[in-house]
Amino acid sequence: MATIAVDERPPAGARGPGGPPGRSSRRRPGSRLKRRNTLIGWSFILPNFVGFAVLTLVPVITLFYLSLTSWNVFGAAEWVGLDNFARLLRDGSYHTALTNTVYYAAFHIPLTLAASLGLALLLNRKLRGVAFFRTVAFFPYITSIVAIAVVWNMLFSPEFGPVNQFLGALGVENPPGWTTSADWSMPAVILVSIWRDMGYYMLLFLAGLQTVPAELYEAARMDGANGWQRFWNVTIPCLRPTTFFITVMLTIQSFKVFDLILVMTNGGPGQSTLVLSQYIYAKGFVENQFGYASAVAVSLFLICILITIFQFLWNKRRDA
Amino acid sequence: MTTVPAVPATPGAPAAPPSTPSSTAAGGRPLRPSRPDAGPARLLGRGLGYAAMVLAAAVILLPFAWMVISSLKNNNQVFTVPVQWVPDPVVWQNYVDIWSRSDMTTWLKNTLVLSVAVTFLQVVTGSFAAYGFSKMHFPGRDVLFLAYVGTIAVPWQSYMIPQFIMLSNAGLSNTLWSIMALQAFSAFGVFLMRQYFETIPDSLCEAARIDGMSEYGIWRRIMLPLSVPAIASLTLLTFVNTWNDYLGPLIYLRSPELWTVQLGLKTFIGQYNAEHALIMTGSVLSVLPIALIFMLGQRYFVEGIATTGVKG
Repeated sequence: MATIAVDERPPAGARGPGGPPGRSSRRRPGSRLKRRNTLIGWSFILPNFVGFAVLTLVPVITLFYLSLTSWNVFGAAEWVGLDNFARLLRDGSYHTALTNTVYYAAFHIPLTLAASLGLALLLNRKLRGVAFFRTVAFFPYITSIVAIAVVWNMLFSPEFGPVNQFLGALGVENPPGWTTSADWSMPAVILVSIWRDMGYYMLLFLAGLQTVPAELYEAARMDGANGWQRFWNVTIPCLRPTTFFITVMLTIQSFKVFDLILVMTNGGPGQSTLVLSQYIYAKGFVENQFGYASAVAVSLFLICILITIFQFLWNKRRDA
Repeated sequence: MTTVPAVPATPGAPAAPPSTPSSTAAGGRPLRPSRPDAGPARLLGRGLGYAAMVLAAAVILLPFAWMVISSLKNNNQVFTVPVQWVPDPVVWQNYVDIWSRSDMTTWLKNTLVLSVAVTFLQVVTGSFAAYGFSKMHFPGRDVLFLAYVGTIAVPWQSYMIPQFIMLSNAGLSNTLWSIMALQAFSAFGVFLMRQYFETIPDSLCEAARIDGMSEYGIWRRIMLPLSVPAIASLTLLTFVNTWNDYLGPLIYLRSPELWTVQLGLKTFIGQYNAEHALIMTGSVLSVLPIALIFMLGQRYFVEGIATTGVKG
């Protein structure tokens, strides 16, 4: 890491930062140099860190305080202890939001993982034009949620939408009502989010596939392994670090899902697509119950952090 | 590149080397068959591969095709049975009407101002901090970096309320400054730049220090010029993110003259919810700048995501 320039000259400004003071140097100049170095180091980080601390770290800490108060926009925050959390336990809408979020995550994580790995394997070839197809697959990820949501809502339109016309042509008798039906709204949202996200994770998988040593495939082929066996016994084990990283990212992304749902279904019909983030938004910014909304936010925060920690520990145990 | 016609290889004739595209050099000169399984099976596999790719691309692009096609139709032609995939007649009028029926000009202007400002701040402060994290050694550095890493697992939605209260108290809500503050200091920029700086050998900085260059000089004259690809990646990704952000503007920007494209488009949809063709025109206009940027710099998007993703 730290390359220390060992030179015979007496220490001047030329010393590597953090390096041990030279043999001939007295204590005072060395420590002054060190202090100077620390100050310069901080000066690099400070412009970004001030913004980061004020806008991220402080709000995260304030969140916990707010969740213990009953604050609406008017008046001062009143301390209520754990009342907000007790209310969470009884709140039917909160339970619905939590269940829906888990429902979304339970399908979004594995299906996106499979779709992006499939795409990556398909596009990890040296064929002419493959770069074009990679670009195509990634494109949905960088287009705006609002445009995507409105287009898909039209495609999913129950009577005249192309999706149901296609299903009708395949002979499906009663095609689903998609975003207008309480049973099908969540599957519709999940389909759209897989379509949108898979290109991004495909890129991560493609980067991971470059690290798989070609000799392993050669050796497996020599041993007579077919394509399927090579996939399970070479590709999958070698991709494990990538798969782990993607799973962690996908999990956080799934639990905080918000904007797509807000624009596509606004939580409906009924509460069929109400998710945690949206409940925070509704309680906070629509009903001005900042204290209670913060308690919901704390639960989202804890879910994300705990699952991430659990995933890291589990991964460590498997590595050992 | 010369296009090489795919000649079907005859397995029974080893004297004539099969000349499939992959076993042929760019100049069209046939090479010896390097793959033992080159032959009809391989050609078939290639054909199936292309078929699968074309199919996947068609499914992925279908919504965009629908968007563009519908924007070129009369409103009553958008939903028809069966779907009319070629607009007849091609109606350009929507692209004229949208400017008078909506505040598209204001929205585009606001979004552009925000995206440029945020991107500039993010790239400058991000690369500056990344230098401190990557090339300097001082007490407290690793703890700080851990704070940055930790926030990856913290969804913005969980602290948007305290953040909103703070920015409101500072008098910044309902100003464009709030969105700049929100987006400009994310941990992402620090990360991406740090990952890239780590690949630049420390010995370069050491040499510059010995020559008496200050740390700021090293950042400015050595690290920045060497990390142009990473800066390009960060610029493009930040620009696109800010352009597409919907939630930040939704919470902070209430006055219509401050609205961004995303927020404006959403309101427009609510107001004219039966004007499908016009809505699709607005959607095309909101995606178009991003599509252009993406086509020009797609290499940097891909590289940027690969560096932060896997090595991080």
